[in-house]
Amino acid sequence: MHYLRALGAIVGRELLRFLHQRGRFVAALVRPLVWLFIFAAGFRSTLGIAVIPPYQTYILYEEYITPGLVGMILLFNGMQSSLSMVYDREMGSMRILLVAPLPRWYLLTSKLLASTCVSILQAYVFLAIAYLYGIQPPPVGYLQVLPALMLGGLMLGALGMFLSSFIKQLENFAGVMNFVIFPMFFLSTALYPLWRLQESSPLLATLARYNPFSQAVELIRFALYGRFEPYAFGYTLITMLVFLALAIWGYNPSKGLMTRRGR
Amino acid sequence: MTAPALEVEHVSFAYGPRKALDDVGFTVPEGCCAILLGPNGAGKSTLFNLITRLFDSPTGTIRIAGFDNRRQPSRALARLGVVFQQPTLDLDLTVTQNLRYHAALHGIGRREADRRIAAELARLDMSQYRKTKVRALSGGYRRRVEIARALLHRPTLLLLDEPTVGLDIPSRQALVEHVHALARDGMGVLWATHLIDEVAPSDELIVLHRGRVRATGVVTEVIRRLAVATLAEVFEVLTEETA
Repeated sequence: MHYLRALGAIVGRELLRFLHQRGRFVAALVRPLVWLFIFAAGFRSTLGIAVIPPYQTYILYEEYITPGLVGMILLFNGMQSSLSMVYDREMGSMRILLVAPLPRWYLLTSKLLASTCVSILQAYVFLAIAYLYGIQPPPVGYLQVLPALMLGGLMLGALGMFLSSFIKQLENFAGVMNFVIFPMFFLSTALYPLWRLQESSPLLATLARYNPFSQAVELIRFALYGRFEPYAFGYTLITMLVFLALAIWGYNPSKGLMTRRGR
Repeated sequence: MTAPALEVEHVSFAYGPRKALDDVGFTVPEGCCAILLGPNGAGKSTLFNLITRLFDSPTGTIRIAGFDNRRQPSRALARLGVVFQQPTLDLDLTVTQNLRYHAALHGIGRREADRRIAAELARLDMSQYRKTKVRALSGGYRRRVEIARALLHRPTLLLLDEPTVGLDIPSRQALVEHVHALARDGMGVLWATHLIDEVAPSDELIVLHRGRVRATGVVTEVIRRLAVATLAEVFEVLTEETA
């Protein structure tokens, strides 16, 4: 009971905070929409996409990158909540969470679930706008994509949380942008299919194949079209567990990195 | 006999080669207001981080209401209320929302939480701010909310880490009085400060300097023992020596 109450409160707080930060909501939506409306439209004619699963016909480039942009929302949010944890810790509300009389792994996992819920909310709003724009996956896809979003969001959030356990200052978030977000996003199947990348650079294609973000995007792509991709699911699940374990280790008072950093 | 609110025994802690705490030990009984006095950098914050388990203490033991905070962290933390030096409220949420969040983290149900919130806010004369966003409150009122929050789960030990930083004089006085009243009602209080004017003559004093406990005892007793006239002189004598 105590556990559920705490989880409810942590998720509730995150949603309340999110509703109060409309600027953040708009910013989080504008980013993928700019990619969809401008970038994708511009590249429509230069990039031809062959018929590849899960698609059954030729598709427009916009349609191809929509799952990638959903992944982008999860990626940015996961990292942004890592930023907010660094910020929270400086402000102290992370301390309030960590002195609650519950196991630390539980508190951190609850926090992760909470920020993933916010990401999922944004992803659905984005998908709704994309629907009006003409990107209309089968209705059942909207339901099937939910667990994929949850898993992908948790995986990226756990990565962000692990990073936040040893980021010292807010300024370092710029470093996270350059060294984590951009490589993860561009070296993935979010913007171009793997076979395309293979043609230009087998090395990059290999890196993209093992990039957990690619696997999360593929999981979302297949789910959105009502298909289940076991490899992407397994890969995302395992990387999620690894990142989560690392994050909990990072926040462990004795073994982790918090101690060495001082205050 | 019940266990003291806080027992710290032989606690040492180092940041790499730099020793922040060296064999620190003291006890805070229930109903006692103990002042942890020391200049900046004395190790007060490190000690607080160890008591709240943000850091772990590899040497020594820390017990809160009799519970070892390493072996039984959840039970120890359940008996602890904390007011951190940095503000820790969500500015965009209302006072009640902030307090409900904390109550739920401590496993208190909604109805019971609302009852306690109403009682605590009434005690602090803040009932009319129930639905106010924290952003709209002054620094003194925000601190009061944080104290109300720290008391919601009825802790045995209340920790305050330089809680008067940034407050005006009336707010500071009100805070000092309120906390002393809590101690009179039976709570163990550990109040860290570097401001000697926050200390009452009957308080228990723990002087920390360069990671070591330099003196403990009731303020008037410490003054007599050192053969000085005022607490200011105690502070001066005990913190000027270089360790």
